[in-house]
Amino acid sequence: MAYVAPALIFVLVFTVYPLGQMAWMSLHDWSLLTPPKYIGLDNYKRAFTDSQFWVSFLFTLKYTLLITPILIIGGYLLALLTSPNTFLRKFTRTTVFIPVVIGLGISSLLWYWLFSTDFGLINKFLMDIGMIDKPVLWLGVDADTSNYAIIASVVWKVMGFGMILFVGAIQAVPSDITEASEVDGATYWQRVGRVILPLTLRTILLVTLVSVIGSLLAFDQFYIMTAGQPRNETATSVFYVYLNSFPYLRLGYGAALSLVLAVTILAFTIVQMILTRRSNA
Amino acid sequence: MAVLTRPKTRRTREPVTSARTHRGRGRYLIGAMCLAICTVMLLPLVMSTLASVKPTAEAAASPPTYFPHSISLDSYHRLWSYQQGLPTYLANSLGAALLTIAFTLLLTVPAAYSLARFPLPGKELIFIILLLALIVPYQALLTPMFLMFAKVKLTNSLVGLAILHTAIQLPFSLYILRNSFSAVPRELEEAATVDGASHWQALIRIFLPATVPAIVTVALFAFIMSWNEFLGALVMMSRGNKFTLPLVLATARTETSLGGTDWGMLQAGITISVIPCVLVYLLLQRYYVSGLMSGAVK
Repeated sequence: MAYVAPALIFVLVFTVYPLGQMAWMSLHDWSLLTPPKYIGLDNYKRAFTDSQFWVSFLFTLKYTLLITPILIIGGYLLALLTSPNTFLRKFTRTTVFIPVVIGLGISSLLWYWLFSTDFGLINKFLMDIGMIDKPVLWLGVDADTSNYAIIASVVWKVMGFGMILFVGAIQAVPSDITEASEVDGATYWQRVGRVILPLTLRTILLVTLVSVIGSLLAFDQFYIMTAGQPRNETATSVFYVYLNSFPYLRLGYGAALSLVLAVTILAFTIVQMILTRRSNA
Repeated sequence: MAVLTRPKTRRTREPVTSARTHRGRGRYLIGAMCLAICTVMLLPLVMSTLASVKPTAEAAASPPTYFPHSISLDSYHRLWSYQQGLPTYLANSLGAALLTIAFTLLLTVPAAYSLARFPLPGKELIFIILLLALIVPYQALLTPMFLMFAKVKLTNSLVGLAILHTAIQLPFSLYILRNSFSAVPRELEEAATVDGASHWQALIRIFLPATVPAIVTVALFAFIMSWNEFLGALVMMSRGNKFTLPLVLATARTETSLGGTDWGMLQAGITISVIPCVLVYLLLQRYYVSGLMSGAVK
């Protein structure tokens, strides 16, 4: 008991207590300037009629829906390519994974430069090969263009994560099964569709859930690459919570938004944990 | 493992275009694809590093050049003395990361030992409380944590930031370590206790040496997470002299002594931030991948 107590106390103080306080704050008009005032569920009602809340929520959803298939399909194709343990394929696997260990904030700064209108290499390259006539305003001017540019940068950054987990799953497919289908004369893609894909389905589901949760909590890339511009159209849910809590000091409202976000995430986490449990049995 | 690569006698029915074909066109196609992918993945990092060694004027040129016409460390010099100076920011980032590793290990090693080895009263409840930390995204907890830290003067403090990072990293670390402790053979432990060793001695003499890979994995993930983490640091650190590397670079993307963005200095900062992560990953790749596999999927 004495061994587990420090960790337990730590979690109680730094996770459970803040969670409780957040729920409590969400029922108050709470700013650092005036004493907190109890207002019941007004913060939650306010969220429903707050157009920026919906803009942020829908934008985050759109980002998630666009990026998730790219990450899963792209990661899986990369895993099919790199799962055999030959030198070149292992080298490719290692290389694709490198951006995963770089910070998202740092990679966002890197892509902020690459996508920069006048100083970025992407515009320079596209002009040199004649695909565009004048520099494109990638970031912070049009919400959709910004979204696509940011998606490209995040795909580069995190595709290796799914890939490495898929490689693990594909390598765990028993070789007698793949060989049996080979003897039956199945082509490579038939084998993928009929044998490998079904046997790695659980991993695909798990990686999808992890990706969805990560995307719904997106912040760094938007804060750094667009700062929410234009007109907070690219401010994600976490971004909006941050804006309310810190620059605007509407802490009660920020707490209510946090709780809504946490509950949304909870649904996905529970499915993830159920899937995880099953693998241990 | 080598499911798809095992060299074996070819059957005539084997389609030549099959991706597992080790001869003929297929093989070159695979090779070309691998090289193309590697190029695309490495290019942003290579270009950034190259941009960091351009002389001041060239780094600020529009349109930009692909390759530096001459090599210069000007950008690194400017970064060295930017605001509080690079050493301050490096020390902050490194300090927070090392404290996070220390806190995480000090808390989770004994807890994992106890959860893996002893019958605990209320084990279920303890598990549920610990799981809670896994379920609640830390992004949602930042506001109350900030208020709590403000009260006890832990904002603008590396210890405070490390506590936040430990809270983020604790569930994953505990999970990895508990599994690893569970896998230590009972006979080893019994041999030690027969010799009269206490639980504490058994932990130090038997379990720690037997679980080194898991401990390395936990330390590695704690380091990379803390070194890279952005939002928590943004919330907790408001004083410039307490900024971590990602924070000061994010500030530098808009405000620098040159008026506009100092792109050369930004790339120098990115290069310096990236190096430890990539180095640690390449050196300890095995631990990283195994941690990822057991932490995220199993």
